[in-house]
Amino acid sequence: MNCDFSGTLLHGYLDGELDAVRAAEFERHLEDCRECTASLGAAESLRATILRAQLYEPAPLALRKKIRSEIKGAAEAAHGPKVNVWRWIAVAASLLLVTGVAWYALQRNSATATSATTVTSAEMLDAHIRSLQAGHLTDVASTDQHTVKPWFDGKLDFIPPVKDYLDEGFPLIGGRLDVLGERNVAALVYGRRKHFINVFVWPTKEEDTPIHPPGSRQGYQWVHWRHKGMEFCAVSDVNAQDLHDLAQLIVQSMDGR
Amino acid sequence: MFLGRSSFMNSESLGKGWDVLDSQERARFEQLVLPHLDAAFNLSRWLLRSRADSEDVAQEAMLRAFRFFRGFNGGDARAWLLQIVRNTCYTWLEKNRQVELMTEFDEDLHQQSNATPETLAIAGDNRERLTRALETLPVRFREVIILRELEGCSYKEIAAITSVPIGTVMSALARARQRLQRALTQPAQQEASHEL
Repeated sequence: MNCDFSGTLLHGYLDGELDAVRAAEFERHLEDCRECTASLGAAESLRATILRAQLYEPAPLALRKKIRSEIKGAAEAAHGPKVNVWRWIAVAASLLLVTGVAWYALQRNSATATSATTVTSAEMLDAHIRSLQAGHLTDVASTDQHTVKPWFDGKLDFIPPVKDYLDEGFPLIGGRLDVLGERNVAALVYGRRKHFINVFVWPTKEEDTPIHPPGSRQGYQWVHWRHKGMEFCAVSDVNAQDLHDLAQLIVQSMDGR
Repeated sequence: MFLGRSSFMNSESLGKGWDVLDSQERARFEQLVLPHLDAAFNLSRWLLRSRADSEDVAQEAMLRAFRFFRGFNGGDARAWLLQIVRNTCYTWLEKNRQVELMTEFDEDLHQQSNATPETLAIAGDNRERLTRALETLPVRFREVIILRELEGCSYKEIAAITSVPIGTVMSALARARQRLQRALTQPAQQEASHEL
């Protein structure tokens, strides 16, 4: 390699870590340097490859449980049997959960509609967490929307909108059948850096509703919306803004924008 | 800059930190640190190249973090935890696989990779192959790739976690990526050298 920049600055540029002046300098350099242009292309491709390969390995559920109980044990050993602050917190948490359920129930005021599906936040979080266990994330692992969409054919009584948003930073990772509120739903899996986002989709007869400000529990967030006869819930541990962005992309592409 | 708190862990002097963790602090730990368990596990899985070993090491690191939580002076909880995870991993490697830590870090890299976006896309399509290529990298290159590409850390965070200057992060990433590209496009040669 002959160009000094391709060994160092190029990577700072790729990672968005150069200050404005140096970034502009590098862009000017890029116009004349074939080597850097090629190296940048290769580095971008490597990044996309890593992103798509789903190399991130989340902690096994068993480990999570073990650590929680050890921490509890350590804290209790240190303090002796403490008065039940934790029990009260647990009560508060379950009240919150009930509130969450009620929120969903309120969302669907026409409970009489026979096709109505009631999904609780707890159910949805369970489905999301379950999907993160090794081998459960996708039934059809493909980044190609033209593979994922037909896969749902015949497995569901509706066709979920499927689109890859790699360029926007949400690569499609695959799809899966899941059950929510006692009905089969489509689960579309998107990546966001190291994280996974489950987008649950099922048909609805209700009016469109905007992307609802997110709910959150145990470090997971979700947003909910209805659009053109489909009901959506996106769940993940990514931040609320990212979830909102993905939701907006889905709405926009359904509108053909 | 991060240098002001380059040593996140200053609780050794406090003795057994968790003796005095009250329930409020425990709640704070559960809120700030526990959500990064995935990050902890993922980093140790890639540093140790083993799921089974990293379950033990991630658990140990988490408990250490819990004990030292009093020494956490606010700021970036993920970087603080990952620094502990990395230290725990290196200690484990020293004890169990010392050879890996001695792998030459400053290998001559003037050998150009012939990687193009196309050859990389084809080679990287195979998850197994990408995993193997990544695992052939020396641990100090592997960690910057994991922290940057999988964990999405900024250079500043990587510098804090790995205790090196920011400038070094950029050059380590540059070399790590070049090596990974080479490993992907010349798998046979890399595997052979890994055996040595």
